[in-house]
Amino acid sequence: MLDFPGAKAAFTSRMEFISPNAAEAVPCFRILDDLGRALDGSDIPEIDSSLAVKMYHTMVRLQTFDSIFYEAQRQGRISFYLTNIGEEALNVASAAALTKDDVVFPQYREHGVLMWRGFTLDEFANQCFSNEDGHGKGRQMPIHYGSEKLNYFTISSPIATQLPHAVGAAYGLKMDRKNACAVTYFGDGGSSEGDFHAACNFAAVLEAPVLFVCRNNGYAISTPACEQYKGKHAIQLLAGRGYGMTSIRVDGNDALAVFKAVSAARKLAVEQSKPVLIEAMTYRVGHHSTSDDSTKYRSGEEIAHWRSVRDPVLRFRRWLESNAWWSVEDEKELRGAARKEVISAMNQAEKKNKPPLSELFTDVYDTLPRNLLEQEATLRDTVSKNPPSLAPH
Amino acid sequence: MAQKVLVPCSSSSSCGNVQFSPSRVHTQAIAFGGGLSQSSSRKNKSLALKAVAAKGETSAPVTAKSGHEILLFDALREGLEEEMARDPTVCVMGEDVGHYGGSYKVTKGLAEKFGDLRVLDTPICENSFTGMGIGAAMTGLRTVVEGMNMGFLLLAYNQISNNAGMLHYTSGGQFKIPVVIRGPGGVGKQLGAEHSQRLESYFQSVPGLQMVACSTPYNAKGLMKAAIRSDNPVILYEHVLLYNLKERIPDEEYVLCLEEAELVRPGKDITILTYSRMRHFVLQAAKTLVERGYDPEIIDIRSLKPFDLFTIGNSIKKTHKVLIVEECMRTGGIGASLRAAIVDNFWDFLDGRPECLSSQDVPTPYAATLEDATVVQPAQIIVKVEQMLQGLI
Repeated sequence: MLDFPGAKAAFTSRMEFISPNAAEAVPCFRILDDLGRALDGSDIPEIDSSLAVKMYHTMVRLQTFDSIFYEAQRQGRISFYLTNIGEEALNVASAAALTKDDVVFPQYREHGVLMWRGFTLDEFANQCFSNEDGHGKGRQMPIHYGSEKLNYFTISSPIATQLPHAVGAAYGLKMDRKNACAVTYFGDGGSSEGDFHAACNFAAVLEAPVLFVCRNNGYAISTPACEQYKGKHAIQLLAGRGYGMTSIRVDGNDALAVFKAVSAARKLAVEQSKPVLIEAMTYRVGHHSTSDDSTKYRSGEEIAHWRSVRDPVLRFRRWLESNAWWSVEDEKELRGAARKEVISAMNQAEKKNKPPLSELFTDVYDTLPRNLLEQEATLRDTVSKNPPSLAPH
Repeated sequence: MAQKVLVPCSSSSSCGNVQFSPSRVHTQAIAFGGGLSQSSSRKNKSLALKAVAAKGETSAPVTAKSGHEILLFDALREGLEEEMARDPTVCVMGEDVGHYGGSYKVTKGLAEKFGDLRVLDTPICENSFTGMGIGAAMTGLRTVVEGMNMGFLLLAYNQISNNAGMLHYTSGGQFKIPVVIRGPGGVGKQLGAEHSQRLESYFQSVPGLQMVACSTPYNAKGLMKAAIRSDNPVILYEHVLLYNLKERIPDEEYVLCLEEAELVRPGKDITILTYSRMRHFVLQAAKTLVERGYDPEIIDIRSLKPFDLFTIGNSIKKTHKVLIVEECMRTGGIGASLRAAIVDNFWDFLDGRPECLSSQDVPTPYAATLEDATVVQPAQIIVKVEQMLQGLI
């Protein structure tokens, strides 16, 4: 045995380079087949009908909100929107496996997690319309939600910057010995960022209770996963065995599998104060955002296939129906109600005033320094001398 | 939530149409005693310092017998240790800060005293451990992030600017980031360009950040304590060549005001504004200037963002001449911004252009002769002041 500080290893006289291509790809854990039927030998997690129906309600509400607000952007009513289509099961099932004390550091395609925790349709709409009732006080782009009350940290656009934050939060939880973990989400694209590698490494070395949930949805805007990383195992093995972290690959479109995997991962993280990587395979059905037209880089057939046949919401619904927990009438009623509620929230939010001018200067610091007071006075002076369209309210 | 401006500690003065008052005061009483430390004016050593005394005692002047002698790095350490003892949420993270005690011994002994979780050794990734410090700060800790050299924190620029500086604002005030980012910077002795950065130049524009520079053991300890207690993200600039400066500081606890400048030497002929290592060069030049009959007023601005325009303005009203002596480069440095602020606010009181001595716009070379030529020297300061006071420029 050779005992360098960097590693203790047996020595060999044969020079053999390690191939990057192992025999087979890491398998993917699933419970339901594509038609929502439990696979043979599956161990269904304990979900009673009320929890299952609540999960389904949230998925449908999320889908409805996404489709209506996407259209609203197309109509010019909001400037920007980004959907979760195709990832509803991943969003909601992972959220349902967490407690409200677990702190969530999202990327931006996790509105379903926030919705599960109790962010209301009005709160979502207020942020998108950047009106005076929005929690962000009109300072961020649409969908950059944040809720201190719901332990969902305000979204910052640059990719993967939230991963080290999650490690820091987990460090604090570990210090307080809290029965909670940090959870952070990111995409396949995010796994290329330096912050991902450093955060995984830090979490493993420092033994921090954090869940790294990778939403591997196949695309980072137009960059397909095969151009994002080399090797069949990239995110899974790299972050897992590479950084010394327990990991699992799961079918992200299978709500039950996601629920079960995240529940188990959370338990491990909290009880053993260790990080866990969950690579959830899924598909981004929608465009990256309203600034993207994905038909430029993928076929319409591919999109249609995943939208219809591989819809995770429909798959979960089939499972509910097989348990006689859901019916066609329930579906009709829910879809109708959800649509009405979302449209009502949108109309209300649109009518509200935008934040007052004072909110341009508050919260830069804890109190207003002199230079900002001066700048506010100058601005008010300018506005008062100009046409009413610039007037503050 | 209404933002209020804190009541000024000394009476405000008006100059012309503009009302100036100190931009901030403490409202917190120190844990052990009653008073606040208003030691911004250490005009001469025989004045009693209003150090905070324990309950029942009156404040004691610092005479030759009381207080204790200390080196600057140890004063920083003392301040940090006191805050860690007082507040269990204060923790430190960075490279080699724990068991090694820090590359400049600022955290020496702290890991032994408080445990190696609260004084955390991290793997090498500035962006990541800065991000970690931000995440921990957002979830209730008060983190002190040490950059081994300030220049390395350029790797953490995104976290410092987009996250530390911004998240309180973009979250609508929901999340605060009480993080202190500190480390040695400035031009050392032949450390090469990457280890001779003046980061105050690069960060001064970022909204949401506060910046202070220490220059003596006394203000180093007081500013460290104040920075930790602040709810805003604060960058504390230390200078790589000042760590072994020795001074006698009070035994009683004291905390300085982050936004206050320090009147080092009162005078009536000219206002010299400086900070960090250049303070000592200015004092050295002042010896000669005083011998030659000049009476310079020397102010260590200490607060780099925001500027203490109250103290600076009062001085300019008196002397009508300003010279800024800095280590930053000519373009885009603290001097550049300070000149603009002086021209904006005190134009009517100036007899001439505000002058500035800075380093040239070159990376700092290694060869000793070249390096010395890039740093403003006392001889240059003397020449400049004489030119200004003789009306030659």
